[in-house]
Amino acid sequence: MAALEEGFTLSAVPLGAGPHGLLGVEQSDKTDQFLVTDGGRTVILYKVSDQKPLGSWSVKQGQVITCPAVCNFQTGEYIVVHDNKVLRIWSNEDVNLDKVFKATLSAEIYRIHSIQGTEPLVLFKEGAVRGLEALLAEPQQKIETVISDEEVIKWTKIFMVYKHPVLIFITEKHGDYFAYIQMFNSRTLSKYTLVLGQEEKSVIQGFSASVDRKFISLMTLSSDGCIYETLIPIHPREPEKSQRVVRSLLLKTVVSGNARSGVALTVLDHDHIAVLGPPLPASKECLSIWNTKFQTLQTSRELPQGTSGQLWYYGENLFMLHGKFLTVIPYKCEVSSLAGALGKLKHSQDPGIQTVPHFVNWETSRGYGLGSQNSEQSKRILRRRKIEVSVQPSASKQLLSAIKKDSEKHIEVELCKFLAIKRTPDFHTIIGDIVLELLGRHKAEPSFYPRNSLMQLIQTHVLSYSLCPGLMEAALEKADVQMLQLCLRQFPDIPESVTCACLKIFLSISDDSLQEAEINMESVSDYSDSVQEEKMEEQTEILHNGFNPEEENCGNCDRELNEKPQDTAEETTSCPVIPKRAALLNAILHSAYSEMFLLPHLKDIPAQHVTLFLQYLYFLYLKCSENATMTLPGLHPPTLNQIMDWICLLLDANFTVVVMIPEAKRLLLSLYKFVKSQICICSELNKIEVSFRELQKLNQEKNNRELYSIEVLELF
Amino acid sequence: MGEFKVHRVRFFNYVPSGIRCVAYNNQSNRLAVSRTDGTVEIYNLSANYFQEKFFPGHESRATEALCWAKGQRLFSAGLNGEIIEYDLQALNIKYAVDAFGGPIWSMAVSPHGSQLLVGCEDGSVKLFQITPEKIQFERNFDRQKSRILSLSWHPSGTHVAAGSIDYISVFDVKSGSAVHKMLVDRQYMGVSKRKCIIWGVAFLSDGTVISVDSAGKVQFWDSATGTLVKNHLIANADVQSIAVSDQEDSFVVGTAEGTVFHFQLVSVTSNSSEKQWVRTKPFQHHTHDVRAVAHSPTALISGGTDTHLVIRPLMEKVEVKNYDAALRKITFPHRRLISCSKKRQLLLFQFAHHLEVWRLGSTVATGKNGDTLPLSKNADHLLHLKTKGPENIICSCISPCGSWIAYSTTSRFFLYRLNYERDNISLQRVSKMPAFLRSALQILFSEDSTKLFVASNQGSLHVIRLMEGSFKHLHTFQPQSGTVESMCLLAVSPDGNWLAASGTSAGVHVYNIKHLKLHCTVPSYNFPVTALAIAPNTNNLVIAHSDQQVFEYSIPDKQYTEWSRTIQKQGFHYLWLQRDTPITHISFHPKRPMHILLHDAYMFCIIDKSLPLPNDKTLLYNPLPPTNESDVIRRRTAHAFKISKIYKPLLFMDLLDERTLVAVERPLDDIIAQLPPPIKKKKFGT
Repeated sequence: MAALEEGFTLSAVPLGAGPHGLLGVEQSDKTDQFLVTDGGRTVILYKVSDQKPLGSWSVKQGQVITCPAVCNFQTGEYIVVHDNKVLRIWSNEDVNLDKVFKATLSAEIYRIHSIQGTEPLVLFKEGAVRGLEALLAEPQQKIETVISDEEVIKWTKIFMVYKHPVLIFITEKHGDYFAYIQMFNSRTLSKYTLVLGQEEKSVIQGFSASVDRKFISLMTLSSDGCIYETLIPIHPREPEKSQRVVRSLLLKTVVSGNARSGVALTVLDHDHIAVLGPPLPASKECLSIWNTKFQTLQTSRELPQGTSGQLWYYGENLFMLHGKFLTVIPYKCEVSSLAGALGKLKHSQDPGIQTVPHFVNWETSRGYGLGSQNSEQSKRILRRRKIEVSVQPSASKQLLSAIKKDSEKHIEVELCKFLAIKRTPDFHTIIGDIVLELLGRHKAEPSFYPRNSLMQLIQTHVLSYSLCPGLMEAALEKADVQMLQLCLRQFPDIPESVTCACLKIFLSISDDSLQEAEINMESVSDYSDSVQEEKMEEQTEILHNGFNPEEENCGNCDRELNEKPQDTAEETTSCPVIPKRAALLNAILHSAYSEMFLLPHLKDIPAQHVTLFLQYLYFLYLKCSENATMTLPGLHPPTLNQIMDWICLLLDANFTVVVMIPEAKRLLLSLYKFVKSQICICSELNKIEVSFRELQKLNQEKNNRELYSIEVLELF
Repeated sequence: MGEFKVHRVRFFNYVPSGIRCVAYNNQSNRLAVSRTDGTVEIYNLSANYFQEKFFPGHESRATEALCWAKGQRLFSAGLNGEIIEYDLQALNIKYAVDAFGGPIWSMAVSPHGSQLLVGCEDGSVKLFQITPEKIQFERNFDRQKSRILSLSWHPSGTHVAAGSIDYISVFDVKSGSAVHKMLVDRQYMGVSKRKCIIWGVAFLSDGTVISVDSAGKVQFWDSATGTLVKNHLIANADVQSIAVSDQEDSFVVGTAEGTVFHFQLVSVTSNSSEKQWVRTKPFQHHTHDVRAVAHSPTALISGGTDTHLVIRPLMEKVEVKNYDAALRKITFPHRRLISCSKKRQLLLFQFAHHLEVWRLGSTVATGKNGDTLPLSKNADHLLHLKTKGPENIICSCISPCGSWIAYSTTSRFFLYRLNYERDNISLQRVSKMPAFLRSALQILFSEDSTKLFVASNQGSLHVIRLMEGSFKHLHTFQPQSGTVESMCLLAVSPDGNWLAASGTSAGVHVYNIKHLKLHCTVPSYNFPVTALAIAPNTNNLVIAHSDQQVFEYSIPDKQYTEWSRTIQKQGFHYLWLQRDTPITHISFHPKRPMHILLHDAYMFCIIDKSLPLPNDKTLLYNPLPPTNESDVIRRRTAHAFKISKIYKPLLFMDLLDERTLVAVERPLDDIIAQLPPPIKKKKFGT
């Protein structure tokens, strides 16, 4: 599980960081020591674990460092560039940068890259790359121009691939982005055009990259707040040609879309990236760790004093400017459990909704479907975390007054405005007030039914039945099944009488009016063509030592059923209700209830509806028992227990009626048969248990050694 | 350190008997436990739960009730209709009194400890007066219809509650008449059972009677009105035992399903003075019936058919997180049931009513650590010796040469001569044992098998010279004047010159066999001795105590050795002191004088006195062999305690010769397999 530890400030004295922040933080040849180059004239060597500087060097007044200092891992010396062209190389013992080795080059340097295992590489602003030694041998050598006019290097990074350095740099020209890959073992340079896709207008604000064996995975943070991934092959098929690479969406809206500055990202490991930036337009800047595999926010840390939009990651430390201070936040990613990987989002979900364990399909989750859902939810969390005391009563008051007189459309607009504002601690009571106000007006003038506003309010996830008692009654009155379904899903405290009233409506509403309603169908999957891989072998008879107990025990009822085998087959395959009604009934199955209070209300349901519901439940049961795990397909299906409980409840409440109805007879017989089979299974299991225990004993005996043995023991 | 061939013996078919009663004595912090075979054991809870005394069982004496009276006198009563008082000093039965009421099912001592009440098969409740020497029948209470299965005194001593079949009676002690009769519902889960047996009652000072019965109920009755106040249905099977704490703020019940429930008197709401009994904690440490429970101030104690004695500390009552805060499960006796003849490689197993002699097998193969060697000869069961009479065997011993076997019951001492003629063994009883050799608490042969030492229960020690087929009484060491404490442990030096004997509390006495006089007495220590042995050559006496301390005392110098002083100064490793079971056997390596071999039920240890002692920072037990560490590191980390935990539960371990060990294990699974099946609980369905 990825976690950010308590951060600390590296330097007590504010760095002379200019408006553009630091030039860079680079590793030195000793672990735990880092070279920090500020925007002006100074390079400081820090020991991070001690939180103190070990050395500091400055260039003369008038000179400006233009490129972050790096360490030459082969010699242990430090290299810095000032005034674009002048190289300075020094070691720990040197005090004055003026007196150290100096080399003036013929072209302007963009960056010096230094990485363990190779000599430092110098990237010139014109795109040419040279090894340091070759450059020092002949400082005034001519440097060719690689990139075209008006193309500007935006970002660069170096990797070691199979012990050879590979350098990538990104250029921009008139809103188009190009990636250049420079290989040093084959001395090839490949150029790629980054195709931005639909987000053509967006500007890339941050880059990061990691390397796989064959690809460089370039992560880009666009101005729309999303992170895109581009895979660039290291070994191009046709190195000479300019090629195009497409980027794909990796994470949606990790930072606010219109953040102008202070946005950066860096790849932490295979599955984790760190993002610096404000998660919401109005919020403060945040450092957040995202799991790209599960698309979840793992952890985040607020940086109230703002950052410079720069982020470095070395070893286990994340470096960033927080206000005027260089801050180090250690990052740890321990082996994650499944629950941990699913992230914080899980905990924030209302427990009332998620009664059924929610399974993630690992194969498809990397795509977009889940991503969008999660990012939407994560926004909610982030917003919730930002609870501040600054209540804005005026907005709610304005809205409440609007409700009194304005039109539905106007109220909707006002409501949207209100919901966009930060949430206050008493948010749910305000929402409750708004709903009550709306319902009050609805009561006064029945033509006023602000359906959209109400739906929007329910979806804030803060309402409950007791906060707005009239809401479901109004919906029942209007037979608004969509709203009822939503309420059943969202409210944890619906009285049994209301649940039962909903059930009545769901069973009685005509198919035509159902077709028009927009109903959430996620709990219903297409049962008819669901092919189950784990389909259990269908075996109608079990022979016990050559005789069939079924025949003796289950006399006429069985025979009667067997007489019409075609009918039963038909009954099991087709769902007795249309999918939309099934979705509504599933909402009922998911709702919480207490048997005692529910039973009297169930008695009021008309007989044919009871039969229909029973048929549907029986159908669900049959579907359940088709696979080994006894579950239904779909995202949010009713569980076997829920189905069974409802069958029992319905029969308990209506047995006198059901027994009298001829249509129900066959259903009852099949239910009877299945109860019998359940009892059979239980008794068989009880019998088998003894055998199992014997088997277990045998197994133990196998592990046990003989009663007597001679062994060798050595004591140390 | 050393490589050994280990004879790993698992054929010791010992099954402890189930626990029938437990009685806790608050003053002395001792626990009396009676088992189904009539054995009574005394555990000292202050001394690390050491089983310091035991009274051997008797076939006809099924103990049904056990209680402590004033002055720490222990009484038991059983189905033979007798009330027995035990002599805790001499470790024998003081007297037995017939109550003349048929089998006795229950017994209770009055709160002042001066009166004894027994409930009999014929429905009578009999009151006995406890006199300093004996008990005296006083009178009968009103006779009831059926047997009295449980009794409890009101703390004031004025009333008594008696549980019978289907009803509870409340007696007025003064008049002896039944004041109330409270009928218990026979209904069990809606089904009417034939009878409802009241297995236990407890009378609280506020007049509440708590009853537990065979229908799985715990019921609270108001004894003033005779009405049912509250009912807890806690089990599908019998609730068999109940014990209340002295403060009456908590009690414990045990069920036939092996569950122990803790009930506590808890305030209804916070800050309210109104309190009610709430079932707080269930414990499932048993697999079988929990026949008996006790409630010490800091722990719940339970025992039952599965033979374990479980001491479950109440964490809220434990002040320091020390040794006493751990759950204890005592299964095996803290004494030796096995002796071995090194010369002939024989093992003598002691059971309740018979002895077995086994000859160990052999192998010619060699191997490396952990190997199981192929046997060239398997172990043989040579002898099965049944005792005569109903009494259990107290102790037994086989001589080192293998030609003598001695054992003792409460009333008789037996000595046998074994003759080996090739593969045939003949057994010859040595008849005409002298009259003073009636009952022995401990028997020991000298190393050369020419002398027999017998610790009798009168505190005297007999020395007997053995000759071919006959014997001669040499001497009897009489106990010091004024003490009658029996000696439970004996050790003789390999050269035969010294004999050490220890009782349960006083120090260890060392006798000079040559001059037949007391040589010295090792100063007594707070904790009882669990094992004794005298080292060869040096004649150092090694003593293990129940608090896991080990002392080494030089007999010739009459003082503790330098090593012993060093280790006392430095202290034992904390893990060593936290071990659960006492050391039950100590032996020595004939060629390595610096080594002491000792074991408890879960480990075997060789102490090498030449190596530095471990401190609390060093790893006491390292099961892994050193891999490629350099010798320097090995030498630096090596310490005196070489521990092996391979063999467990380890009942006996001894050195047969320089390179051979014998280890007798008794796996718990094998014991469970021989117990009656537990109450079956359905796993599937309803």
